[in-house]
Amino acid sequence: MIAIIDYGAGNLKSIQKALEFVGEETVILEEGKNADLDKYAGLVLPGVGAFPGAMKRLKENNFVDFIEKFVVTGRPFLGVCLGMQLLFEWGFEDQKTAGLSLLKGNVIKMETDYKIPHMGWNQLEIIKNDPLFNGLPENPHFYFVHSYQLAEVTDEVLATVGYGTTVPAVIKKDNVIAFQFHPEKSGDNGIKLLENFRELL
Amino acid sequence: MLKKRIIPCLDIKDGRVVKGVNFVELRDAGDPVESAKEYNDLGADELVFLDITATKEKRKTLAKLVEKVAAQVFIPLTVGGGIRTVEDMQFILRAGADKVSINSAAVKNPDLVREGALKFGSQCIVGAVDAAKRDSGAGWEIFVHGGSKETGIDLIEWVKELEKLGAGEILLTSINSDGTKDGFDLEMLKAVTDAVNIPVIASGGAGSIQHFIDVFKKTGADAALAASIFHFGEIAIRDVKSELVKAEIPVRIEKRK
Repeated sequence: MIAIIDYGAGNLKSIQKALEFVGEETVILEEGKNADLDKYAGLVLPGVGAFPGAMKRLKENNFVDFIEKFVVTGRPFLGVCLGMQLLFEWGFEDQKTAGLSLLKGNVIKMETDYKIPHMGWNQLEIIKNDPLFNGLPENPHFYFVHSYQLAEVTDEVLATVGYGTTVPAVIKKDNVIAFQFHPEKSGDNGIKLLENFRELL
Repeated sequence: MLKKRIIPCLDIKDGRVVKGVNFVELRDAGDPVESAKEYNDLGADELVFLDITATKEKRKTLAKLVEKVAAQVFIPLTVGGGIRTVEDMQFILRAGADKVSINSAAVKNPDLVREGALKFGSQCIVGAVDAAKRDSGAGWEIFVHGGSKETGIDLIEWVKELEKLGAGEILLTSINSDGTKDGFDLEMLKAVTDAVNIPVIASGGAGSIQHFIDVFKKTGADAALAASIFHFGEIAIRDVKSELVKAEIPVRIEKRK
């Protein structure tokens, strides 16, 4: 069973339905304090919205400790979109805010001549192969919606997309995985990727 | 690079897909869940559902429908029609929509766009605009209530205002072109895409593959929306996309390994 963290940051239903579609049971967690982490084979941090408010609500609902403890178990932990951005050290949306620091780097406003947000289908450049990409087409398309990004292509970045600037799109360090795009909105490719994530459970 | 999007629009009436010409003469065009699934399989980049008979009582029916579609179709879903409050937005987004489109209600209460954008993020708020050329020929005017009521408000002023209020996208329907199959309203679209920096979805008038090529070549539109030509099988999305690729317009077609 995969637990999905609900911290009031928008649409959880899509990621939940997509995980169920690939055959995984899901549960929505609204509070981290008394949650029994041994019950969950995987954990997902979704989310849309702004970095500072999201961190505040994660703290208020006692998810910061819960996530840290979960990651120590070595079981797969996935952050998606804003949930991905929160995994890094610092966010610079509206005000400088400390993130969860599970992955290296900072999250900054995109600097590009193109329209912001970066919204729509874009094609991955895979820079490090990984079982996560098994069965996907060459340069697969995924659906993005964001205005902030990981600032640098760190050694933990597996894939990027180009949008007048290089945008890290898939980041992985051991059992911590992060997608800047929305796999739950990326049609067949998104479903394939979630199946591959499920393989890690 | 971001791909130009092809978006089928499903007008919903009493739980069925319908299509009218110039906003009237509705024809039945099928079951929304089945249509959505089919479009996903055919390569639609996104779906728009517009509930053209939305009332408070029917809001629950619409939410159920959204829920059903969202459980089976994993591409972005925009839902509009009769959304008047932040609570309405929340209700539809919670049901599984990714974006809500606001039309008449935004004109009546522009703060709704601001509040929605603050609460859910700009990416969730689509400013839908129906506009027609002024009789004088000088610019365009926006209409509300399904294109039936004139407002006197200038189109360009209004889309700029929508952007300022926090709309993440503009869905622009040309009343003059809608249902004609004579092509998108290129002049109007160009004026709007030149005026705002948020993505613009072109709507109204698609009748041939060439119309899609034209709208992307001649205006700054980010996406093109159509209903009847897709519903009635007159044009296949796949064919639109392969012709767009030939015309060197970037679209989402997967390259199998």
